[in-house]
Amino acid sequence: MGGGIRKFIENAGWPRIIIGLFLLSLYIAAPFVNVRVLSSLSDTLVRVGMNGVLVLAMVPMVQSGCGLNFGLPLGIIAGLLGAVTSIQFQVKGLAGFGFAMLVALPIAAALGFFYAQILNRVKGEEMMIATYVGFSSVAVMCMAWLLLPFNSPVMIWGYGGSGLRTTISTEGYWRHVLSDFLAFGSDTGAFYFPTGMFIFFFLMLFLVWAFFRTKTGTAVTAVGSNPEFARASGVDVNRMRTISVMLSTVLGAMGILIYEQSFGFIQLYMGPLYMAFPAVAAILLGGASVNKATMTNVVAGTFLFQGILTMTPSVINSLLQSDMSEVIRIIVSNGMILYALTRKTQVKR
Amino acid sequence: MAKDEPLLRMESVGKEFFGNRVLADVSFSLGHGEILGLVGENGAGKSTLMNILFGMPVIAGTGGYEGKVFFEGKEARFSSPFDAIDAGVGMVHQEFSLLPGFTVTENILLNRESTKYNPLVEIFGGRIKTLDRQDMRRRAESAISEIGFSIDPMMLASEMPVGHKQFTEIAREIDRKNTKLLVLDEPTAVLAESEAEILIQSLRGISKKGISIIFISHRLQEVVDLCGKILVLRDGRIVSETRPGETDVFRIASQMVGRNVETAPSHRPPRGDTETILEAERLWVDMPGETVREATFSVQKGEIFGIGGLAGQGKLGIANGIMGLFAAGGSVKVKGRNVRLNDPAHSLSHDIAFVSEDRRGVGLLLEESIDWNMAFTAMQVQDKFVRKLLGGLLKWRDNEAMRAAAQEYIEGLDIKCTSHKQRAVELSGGNQQKVCLAKAFVVSPDILFVSEPTRGIDVGAKKLVLDTLRRVNEERGTTIIITSSELEELRSICDRIAIVDNGRVIGIRPATDPAAEFGLLMVGSDAAVSDPVIVGGED
Amino acid sequence: MNRMQDNVRHFLISNSVPIIFIALSAIAIPLSGFSSSYLLQEMLTRLARNSFLVLSLLIPIMAGMGLNFGMVLGAMAGQIGLILVTDWAIVGIPGMVLAAIISLPIAAVLGYICGSVLNRAKGREMVTSYILGFFMNGIYQFVVLYLIGVRGMIRIPFADIELRIPVTNPQLVLSRGYGVRNAINLTGLRHALDNALEFNIPVGGSSVNIPVSTYLLIAVFCLFIVWFRRTKLGQDMRAIGQDMAVADSSGIAVERTRVIAIIISTMLAAFGQIIFLQNIGTMNTYNSHDQTGMFSIAALLIGGATVSKASIANVFVGVILFHLMFVVSPMAGKELIGQAQLGEYFRVYVSYGIIAVALVLHAWKRYQERERSRRSLRGEA
Repeated sequence: MGGGIRKFIENAGWPRIIIGLFLLSLYIAAPFVNVRVLSSLSDTLVRVGMNGVLVLAMVPMVQSGCGLNFGLPLGIIAGLLGAVTSIQFQVKGLAGFGFAMLVALPIAAALGFFYAQILNRVKGEEMMIATYVGFSSVAVMCMAWLLLPFNSPVMIWGYGGSGLRTTISTEGYWRHVLSDFLAFGSDTGAFYFPTGMFIFFFLMLFLVWAFFRTKTGTAVTAVGSNPEFARASGVDVNRMRTISVMLSTVLGAMGILIYEQSFGFIQLYMGPLYMAFPAVAAILLGGASVNKATMTNVVAGTFLFQGILTMTPSVINSLLQSDMSEVIRIIVSNGMILYALTRKTQVKR
Repeated sequence: MAKDEPLLRMESVGKEFFGNRVLADVSFSLGHGEILGLVGENGAGKSTLMNILFGMPVIAGTGGYEGKVFFEGKEARFSSPFDAIDAGVGMVHQEFSLLPGFTVTENILLNRESTKYNPLVEIFGGRIKTLDRQDMRRRAESAISEIGFSIDPMMLASEMPVGHKQFTEIAREIDRKNTKLLVLDEPTAVLAESEAEILIQSLRGISKKGISIIFISHRLQEVVDLCGKILVLRDGRIVSETRPGETDVFRIASQMVGRNVETAPSHRPPRGDTETILEAERLWVDMPGETVREATFSVQKGEIFGIGGLAGQGKLGIANGIMGLFAAGGSVKVKGRNVRLNDPAHSLSHDIAFVSEDRRGVGLLLEESIDWNMAFTAMQVQDKFVRKLLGGLLKWRDNEAMRAAAQEYIEGLDIKCTSHKQRAVELSGGNQQKVCLAKAFVVSPDILFVSEPTRGIDVGAKKLVLDTLRRVNEERGTTIIITSSELEELRSICDRIAIVDNGRVIGIRPATDPAAEFGLLMVGSDAAVSDPVIVGGED
Repeated sequence: MNRMQDNVRHFLISNSVPIIFIALSAIAIPLSGFSSSYLLQEMLTRLARNSFLVLSLLIPIMAGMGLNFGMVLGAMAGQIGLILVTDWAIVGIPGMVLAAIISLPIAAVLGYICGSVLNRAKGREMVTSYILGFFMNGIYQFVVLYLIGVRGMIRIPFADIELRIPVTNPQLVLSRGYGVRNAINLTGLRHALDNALEFNIPVGGSSVNIPVSTYLLIAVFCLFIVWFRRTKLGQDMRAIGQDMAVADSSGIAVERTRVIAIIISTMLAAFGQIIFLQNIGTMNTYNSHDQTGMFSIAALLIGGATVSKASIANVFVGVILFHLMFVVSPMAGKELIGQAQLGEYFRVYVSYGIIAVALVLHAWKRYQERERSRRSLRGEA
């Protein structure tokens, strides 16, 4: 019995348990400080739906041994391009959302391909390089947003200047098109469940899961587990890594579109800069390691992480009369990443 | 200290690794200024013996050793290499431990630099002392001159030829003023003949100054020329302790390899089948530490073909090169078809399977389950364990078929595990090796390369592995090519054995030839090399 | 002949980054239309302001630990010192010295933590120190936002203990009673060091100011680094930087030495940040340290340093080139496309891009070297 508990702690790791207990205590404390649990839960669920696919975008690269995808902004950029294009052409509703996807995915695939060529040349140091490839691509796009010939009046700076605005509303285009699909909730508005978003999230989870059940997916996993073994079995290691990076990037593009339709705004310029970090922290929180991740890790991690993000502002703030949520978010997410990086069970190369 | 007390004395030293005996009842003594030659096959126990002497943590970490070691008359139990160094034991390892960006001087004096005082020492302690470059250079020059070799003390290690590196390492030990015993592990293996000659000379000079030397080498002629006493180690025991006058290279070679030189292993009748299945011509393989320079040989269908030779001579490179795992060139034909080298997928498409010597590095997915390990290669190469959905568009992994196959081999090979879902990393070495074999069998290959099949596994598993290979050869007609450091193992199972020396196949003999013959080939003795008989199949 | 060509090519390749930036500046300077005396003044100021910070990166590189992204920890320590000194209204050189006295021990502790963490992440020091910077930023924000102030935000229940670092100056503390304001005016410390000894040289009609005292300090620091390389400790660090296993087997205390390297770097960064901020004169409590790390690393890399090799010359060349581009690019962007914003994004891009390129080149070169050393094994066959 004692051994069982010890083994559980060993597997889960202290940070995860502490954070799990922390979240649990937040839910328990909520009613005492007049925070409505139901609406908090509802907020959490909405944010899980918003961020789920972005977290899922970590999985392929982790599985193929490319490490945590700090280069997520690359996929996000593709998604943003799709989003602004659909608004430029005035495609509205579900069709607009679909059009944005249609534009974003090929761009994401192409960016992912080039990104993979870089990562294949720097094996063993992917993470740091991914971070800065992501950052510099965001900066390049900052210039592009200024220069690209978009001219829809809802998107460009009001005072006659050229260049896109920093935030663009999707109101009237495809705001909440997925979230509101089959959505239900209480009449008071205290509870709301974005069914459509969850259907999409679970569809993506299923597709990624299915990919890893195929022959190619199996090869990708083996490459991540032991590239030498895979090579000796006739697998083209670089090709498998390329596939995984492209897949991650495409998922990143989809993820941001889902995020935006729920959020209601497209954030350009420096907006995507740090978006990889919450996703990385979430999947690690869900139990993934630097080189192994499952669908369960994605769901559990997103829920835990977003749970903390929604609960800390409301509960802690009413407890301490001060907004500590930002600090807690920084400490929890980076602490989690730090923990994963310094854990002794590391990739054997 | 009594004058007649030898510098080093070992009394019935023995060692077991996890129930696997690697050393038993080793006793010898070494006087001041004496040179002891230590010879034996790979795995005979030489390095374990030196690890004990040197206080390597691996010994204490695996339960210590039996018997006693006396150094300068006192019992010595060094708990770390640093203790041994303090007591006056110096060791020059086979792998160079030089820093590429440091000069000869800096390397010789690594962590023993001459320093000068400065006032900041009072605040920050001794490590903030400044280096005394002049004195360092002087010390380095004197250590170099003591070995009687000239190296530029300001040359960077990265720009040195290998021979110089060896001398730099020796100079490093000489610079330690208290070095009384110097252990050299294969010091001449990387040297050209003229350099080796200089080294032997300088070792003689060093010993005259009263420093004792333990000289480990496969080059038997050098051992006979240099050493005052020769110990032959086999299977962890001393099989002979002689002096150069009483023996010769041939005698030592047979003592090294043969359990009993006279009785050749019983063997099956020659095969009638003489169809050639694999031909390698002028094959070179760029495998670090096991470079193949020019290997030419052919293997008959249905034969068990052995590849032997000493460590580092290139025997392991052959299989790795043919499988496309290391950069290779030359020509390899399987069943008359050319194999495209450097492309593992193409090699595998010729129905070849490979059990790597590097079990944990190449052979296994340590973090995955047994069934994944067994099925993966067959799935990727032959589309086994795959269900085709949507008219072949989707290749779905067939977990049920994988389970069934894994179950079959777990029972067939008697793999001890909790289930087919247990991770490979949790298995013992022997069981891991069986998983590797199963992985190869699942492919149903025509040719099976097996490298070091019994390395690091216990006796029972050894027998089972060899029996399984023989059975597969007989029942399925699989051609098997075994690479092994253990000559006896090869002789017990193979039809013919090729010996690799210095990256070349220098002889192929029937396994029934006397062991001494192979021993001489392996140590590259002149007698054998001058007569490069290539014995073909039994035609 | 061939060898000559080879040497020239080697020189061009190994200095490709500074050469590209010199070329870029050559194009951008005329476009920007800045006068030479203005640019000279800017460069002299910025060299004095930033060199110390960039120099603090050298020692961990020597010890093989790569670019110390954890230098932001030192910057945070420096800022805490500055906050307190500002509150106590100690001005001028004494204020700076006191700020250093407060921040150096904090930096040492942070450096010790950073070094110990990095010892658990050998081979991925950079990404770990980078994330550690973020993590510590959270702790720093916690301290600065909640523990510093007139009254404490956190009380230990049932005991009359308040977790608080007393700071009372209303210009520092947020109106709610705790937490430091985002922008702090370092009036008393502004140019304290720079003006201690300065020179004005007339250049083409206007005059150029040289903060001699700051340069003297930087020169002393450079001498320190040169000297440090010649100490036993420096030699040990070089050895560890080349091969940890060999250094370990020769008896060098590898982990301890690595921690020392990081502690030194962190402490120097703390002091560097104080010099940096006394020149700027205002402090961005929640952002200054963040940018410090990125700009210092980018500058060093632009100067031609790599992840494993950096010299004092790289520092100065890098600071000049990086800041030349920094000053010039917004104006050049405006002249070229009519948008200053574009130039600003361009310099952001350069800061990130140069780090990305340097990291890729380093990793790629290492891969190539591995390949080459393998090929050399092949021998004559």
